[in-house]
Amino acid sequence: MLYSEKVMDHFTNPRNVGEIEDADGIGEVGNAKCGDIMKMYIKVNDGVITDVKFKTFGCGAAVATSSIATEMIKGATLDEALKLTNKAVVEALDGLPAVKLHCSVLAEQAIKSALSDYYSRQGIDPLPIVGEIGECEACH
Amino acid sequence: MERRIYADNAATTKVSQPVLDAMMPFFTENFGNASSIYTEGRNARRALDGARETIAKALGAEASEIYFTSGGSEADNWAIRGTAEKLSAKGKKHIITSVFEHHAVLHTCEYLEKNGFEVTYIPVDDKGLINPDDVKNAIREDTALVTIMYANNEIGTIQPIEEIAAICHEKGVLFHTDAVQAVGNVEIDVKKQGIDMLSLSGHKIHAQKGIGILYMKKGISLPNLIHGGAQERGKRAGTENLPAIIGLAKAVEIATENIPEKAQKVTAMRNRLIDGLLEIPMARLNGDRDKRLCGNCNVSIVGVEGEFLLLSLDAKGISASSGSACTSGSLDPSHVLLSIGLKHEVAHGSLRLSISEETTDEEIDYIISAVKEVAERGRMMSPLWERIVKGEEIL
Repeated sequence: MLYSEKVMDHFTNPRNVGEIEDADGIGEVGNAKCGDIMKMYIKVNDGVITDVKFKTFGCGAAVATSSIATEMIKGATLDEALKLTNKAVVEALDGLPAVKLHCSVLAEQAIKSALSDYYSRQGIDPLPIVGEIGECEACH
Repeated sequence: MERRIYADNAATTKVSQPVLDAMMPFFTENFGNASSIYTEGRNARRALDGARETIAKALGAEASEIYFTSGGSEADNWAIRGTAEKLSAKGKKHIITSVFEHHAVLHTCEYLEKNGFEVTYIPVDDKGLINPDDVKNAIREDTALVTIMYANNEIGTIQPIEEIAAICHEKGVLFHTDAVQAVGNVEIDVKKQGIDMLSLSGHKIHAQKGIGILYMKKGISLPNLIHGGAQERGKRAGTENLPAIIGLAKAVEIATENIPEKAQKVTAMRNRLIDGLLEIPMARLNGDRDKRLCGNCNVSIVGVEGEFLLLSLDAKGISASSGSACTSGSLDPSHVLLSIGLKHEVAHGSLRLSISEETTDEEIDYIISAVKEVAERGRMMSPLWERIVKGEEIL
């Protein structure tokens, strides 16, 4: 199993690590038993994600997918962030080994989970907008 | 050049200079086929016989009881499948092994289960040790074979092989042991210890990959593994890989010299490594502290995932191993760590460092500080560690 240089770069120098004290939305997916947990914090202003931070417990691919996902949604509108797919995350990393694809699914879900929390805090039902956030298929 | 510290000797080892020196002439001037009758062939034959003799002597066996194989996995497969095939004709279709064997043993047993055999998997305790009484109680009228590893490859725990062998003999059952990790670390004498069959691998003891042996006690005649020529007394045909065999003999000779002195030196370094790593908050040692291979250190650093540890250590020039799911190629962490009762969450954070005589005290210091740094960095960005600290996750 070989990681691309892009994956190794994001693993070694992850972008946007940390927490946002006054976050507008916080999402958390995965579980300790499976060995992956991603937690994502977003700050929203006028429908735009102005800041994003993450914390991840997991392997190299889990850290790299979280890192690049935060880069991809920082400065994006909520709609754009909602449209981010795991496939786009994989492409941005120049590919992932097949056994690690579930990490990219987790990254997509972490963003959706944070968006969902944001809408709930705004008093908006997130379900029609974000949809169901499934469990990671690989883990169940 | 970037500094590298190799701390994964349980995975494989470097071919040592004396081994390489012993091998080299057998690629060029002594290239003969040991089955040929002329000078080159006779030279090859003499070297082959000498190598077999050296290995036999080191294990307390006779030369005629040593069969060269491609390595430990082949030896395990042959011992188990061969015994099963042979004794099933006498109605013996039961095999006893342990839950934390190497996959070469476990997957062979699973294959036999699919083909009409019954297998009993002996559990291990939380220290990674087998209770010989469990083996005793599992033996039945139709038990063909007991196969228990000499020392575990992940947590390094050394099993009570002599006691288990004695129980098997009392009950008239054959006993095989996968000694791939044990050779060179503990003193082995197959006759004194009552071992009927033993698997050994070259590349764990500074010989090349692709060579090993199955020791088969006189009187045990397993079915042929490879049909063909008369090599290995007709049981494993194919022209002998003489350079590899010569190298293996040299490696076995060196590995089995002065074991107590070497083990004492490595154990002292290993203990310092363990103590250093246990200074990390909530780190735990996996496997019994004393009944373990002198070079083996296996700790769990909860809150950080194993592959994260490995890649981070690699960036600092250290090669190590882990039993996390992410490094096992499956979604479950190592069966060995689960077998000693570790929760998945704890097994995911495991780190195996296997040192050797070549490891230096200075390297041990470097490893300890590197693991501490990596653990701290990993925990700083770990939501799991955050929960553990807050007491929301009890491990």
